[in-house]
Amino acid sequence: MSARNSSTRTIRGEKNLQEITTAHPDGIGGSPLRPDGTLKVKGEFAYSSDLWHEDMLWGMALRSPHSHAKILSIDTTEALTQPGVYAVLTHEDIPGSKYYGLEIQDQPALAFGKVRYHGEAVAIVAADHPETARRALAKIKVEYEVLPPITTEEQCLDPETHGYVHEPHEYRGHASGNIVHSQKVVSGLGVNEDVRAMADVVVVGEYEVGMQDQAFLGPESGLAVPAEDGGIDLYIATQWLHVDREQVAPVLGLPENKVRLTLAGVGGAFGGREDLSMQIHACLLAQRTGKPVKIVYSREESFFGHVHRHPAKMRYEHGATRDGKLVYMDARIVLDGGAYASASPAVVGNASSLSVGPYEIPNVNVLAIALYSNNPSCGAMRGFGAVQACFAYETQLDRLAAKLGMDPVELRQLNAVSQGSHLPTGQVIDAPAPVAELLQKVKDLPLPPALDTTHLDIRELPGALSNTSHGEGIVRGVGYAVGLKNVGFSEGFDDYSTARVRLEVIGGEPVAMVHTAMAEVGQGGVTVHGQIARTELGVERVTIHPANTEVGSAGSTSASRQTYMTGGAVKLAAEAVRNELFNLGRSRYGWTYNDLSLIGGKVVSASAGVLISMVDLLGDQAIDLTREHHHRPTVPFDKETGQGFGHVQYTFCAHRAVVDVDVELGLVKVVELAAAQDVGKALNPLSVIGQIQGGSTQGLGLAVMEEIITRDGKVRNPSFTDYLIPTILDTPPQPVEILELADPNAPYGLRGVGEAPTLSSTPAIVSAIRAATGLALNRVPVRPEHITGT
Amino acid sequence: MEFLRPATWDEALAAKAENPSALPISGGTDVMVELNFDRHRPGALLDLNRITELTTWESGTYEGQEGEVIRLGSAVPYARITKELSGPLQGLSIAGNTVGSPQIRNRGSVGGNLGGASPAGDAHPALLAAGKDVFVEAESVRGTRLIAIDDFYVGVKRNSLEPDELIRAIRIPVADGPQQFSKIGTRNAMVIAVCAFGFALHPKNGTVGTGIGSAAPTPRRAAEAEQFLADELASRGLWESGGLIGPAAVQRFGELVSAAASPIDDVRGSAAYRRHALAVMARRTLTWTWNEYTQSLRSAAA
Repeated sequence: MSARNSSTRTIRGEKNLQEITTAHPDGIGGSPLRPDGTLKVKGEFAYSSDLWHEDMLWGMALRSPHSHAKILSIDTTEALTQPGVYAVLTHEDIPGSKYYGLEIQDQPALAFGKVRYHGEAVAIVAADHPETARRALAKIKVEYEVLPPITTEEQCLDPETHGYVHEPHEYRGHASGNIVHSQKVVSGLGVNEDVRAMADVVVVGEYEVGMQDQAFLGPESGLAVPAEDGGIDLYIATQWLHVDREQVAPVLGLPENKVRLTLAGVGGAFGGREDLSMQIHACLLAQRTGKPVKIVYSREESFFGHVHRHPAKMRYEHGATRDGKLVYMDARIVLDGGAYASASPAVVGNASSLSVGPYEIPNVNVLAIALYSNNPSCGAMRGFGAVQACFAYETQLDRLAAKLGMDPVELRQLNAVSQGSHLPTGQVIDAPAPVAELLQKVKDLPLPPALDTTHLDIRELPGALSNTSHGEGIVRGVGYAVGLKNVGFSEGFDDYSTARVRLEVIGGEPVAMVHTAMAEVGQGGVTVHGQIARTELGVERVTIHPANTEVGSAGSTSASRQTYMTGGAVKLAAEAVRNELFNLGRSRYGWTYNDLSLIGGKVVSASAGVLISMVDLLGDQAIDLTREHHHRPTVPFDKETGQGFGHVQYTFCAHRAVVDVDVELGLVKVVELAAAQDVGKALNPLSVIGQIQGGSTQGLGLAVMEEIITRDGKVRNPSFTDYLIPTILDTPPQPVEILELADPNAPYGLRGVGEAPTLSSTPAIVSAIRAATGLALNRVPVRPEHITGT
Repeated sequence: MEFLRPATWDEALAAKAENPSALPISGGTDVMVELNFDRHRPGALLDLNRITELTTWESGTYEGQEGEVIRLGSAVPYARITKELSGPLQGLSIAGNTVGSPQIRNRGSVGGNLGGASPAGDAHPALLAAGKDVFVEAESVRGTRLIAIDDFYVGVKRNSLEPDELIRAIRIPVADGPQQFSKIGTRNAMVIAVCAFGFALHPKNGTVGTGIGSAAPTPRRAAEAEQFLADELASRGLWESGGLIGPAAVQRFGELVSAAASPIDDVRGSAAYRRHALAVMARRTLTWTWNEYTQSLRSAAA
């Protein structure tokens, strides 16, 4: 990528000839520092867990120790009499709707009748101190009748025998029984015996992906403050303020305008904050007590307080000709959605429609379903249904290459989609799709040097400082993978974004203010919004207004969509402000130029040079405009065939992983994880690289360590002691190659960046481990005992 | 919860005698985690951070122990053990370097490992391997009691301290031969041991030391493996010759170490994997130490 940290333009006018240095090195294409970066590094950034209000109470939830049980009774009497306890609430105290949910309102705000997962909230307490609240929880008496948990695919699919997670009369999902949603995709001739007969080579495999957690570092937290008008002001770390409000207000029995949300400091999200956690509970307690109520989850509670990535069981079958052309693919993807729907329907939509990966396959038959079970609820996590499928299809492609005696990269390139390709949904990829090129880019990178056994630094070896090897048992492997991800919400959803831009003179300088409801969860949207405003308005100074519900929705900070969608809205609003400013000049000075731009705080005509400074033109007037940005419309997938223009944009990333495996001990050190991604346009190259490396690292975690382990629906490792995420010693050098092939449909031609790297890093690493060990390894995370066979 | 902050060791002993249920805290790397997870609500915490002699070490000779001994204050952090004692306490210093993260190694100490007596404590296998004459100096207002390391661990997270006793120091003989420590974690830093193994050659008395971590209810010694290897080294004159031990004996040693464990299946790993990994670590640590030993023989001869 070429450096674009500063740019110089020469403006030639008829009357005055002068050189103007554009005043926005921190505009788009630059990598200005994050406004919140220094504070975060120095530990001074205020996260939602740091919120404080005079006279506030502490809220806490009592959670079910069972994964499936009838609630026979709840007795709160003793808890209520504890000194310092202000309220103890159960479902009976809910003034409005008892249910909420992102897509399907099937989750009780507080359990009644039944608990359906380990950790489900049953009662909540507000007290003057967290310790008082904790003690009060211990005094609440809940009588349960424990039911056999419904946790396996076989049990879920046979409700007659094993029962219903949601009884038929209370079922709110999109299918029936213990299935919350299902989606088929059929293209070409589908897959039948005639189609199978066209293939010379067939590979069939069964694959499993464990339950990954978002493992954000800032636990769920927020502060609900009762307002004089009977409403609630909620300060909250979330991914989407407006959809939180949509879910919270009905439970409180309040109109939406009485529930006002302001974004508090978010310590990571990765999908785990799409669903509500403590929002309703804090508001209910504030409503009841008339006092501000703060809730902060402990790390353990956090593992119960948010949804996880769907674990998946997948059966894949690929047929190809002798020369490696794919003929057909048949896939069955079973996702465990857990007790409540969360984002399961959309995850199923992604898993099914993206199940083929970035390959042209003429005949396809896919079924993806999400189950209701008594396991922890699963929903959004970076990669969203595409991660699981990518592990399966990339493993299949490796096995197919081996069976055909072909180079695995060449096999992929031979079948790769490109611009103009049809996906099995019938959707044509109408923007660049450089899949073959991305693979070539990672393949062409020089390989890291071989392990030097004469100068060992054990930190470089599997096991590292644990001192398990001084070179013994170590075998190197290399693996490749590529993925297919969509950007934005799909299937007909209009996830528009709103932005308000205000331009005025402050302290003798033109200043732009950008106001959106975008949740900054670490992705760097606040940086990019400033860059867009500088580029479009030619100003130096941009202030970012706190995100809140006083402005229209910005949609969710998920689906790799925020720069595309809210960035696009900021661009639209800034353009509108610019036009308004030009109109001001036209009406005041009678300009007739059609070649105006804003550069370095001045209005410039390409033909006539500098016309006026923005300060002089604006005077004490402010231009304040709000715009909505809608992506092009999509449509729902046909239920039976999966056909439809369902996705807004596609995005592609390829990885090459190099690993050293201690084959005797089953320990893995990822030596290097190279990525190549097409980002359309890198608005902030440093952030783009950060997103790719971060996403790749999260994929590394899934490959070799990250899994929530359950037994009978009970979570066995709800802590960072036993839910392991990569440390710096697990995180290898990550060379990143970036392509910028503009998508004509997107603002600035950009492509969402955040998720694609999370897909292919996992299968690339496992492919490399297979290369080192010769093992099948059809399940992630790969544990040491999978390698040693013990 | 009461928070006791004695200024001197005598005050600490008095406080412990008065509040036998008070939980000693120094670096807090274990205790604070337990508190934060709400697993313990001790009536009192006994903060030992003001007692500076706990963070010092000295070398000398002591009754009941042959040769030079390091008397390691119970609160000397692992980072300092690795930095200052990598020669005399080779095994413990390698073990200390596997503990947690740099931040945890700056706070955590052997006294904490012993007080917690978790089978997963990283110091235990190294202490066991360092010799049967490693002693925990337990002190109370009643006086000082030396507890042999083999008698110290009595159950899962239980040790043989009396309720009024505090750990003043650990007396560890200076290494008279190469020592090693290996541990398995499913990531490359900051892990609780899936299983661990400490090993030491003791050429002075012709014995070897072993210690197994995280593969039994308590840290334990692989006594049969020690005996087998000591016999093998003696009967074949290997201590003197520095000759190759040979794959058969190395293999057997690994098998005996593995057999000495009684691991369980849990979220961190399977019992079968633990047995397997112990055998591998036993073979490797034996090979590393024996290579180092034979090299030292050769350089001494040269």
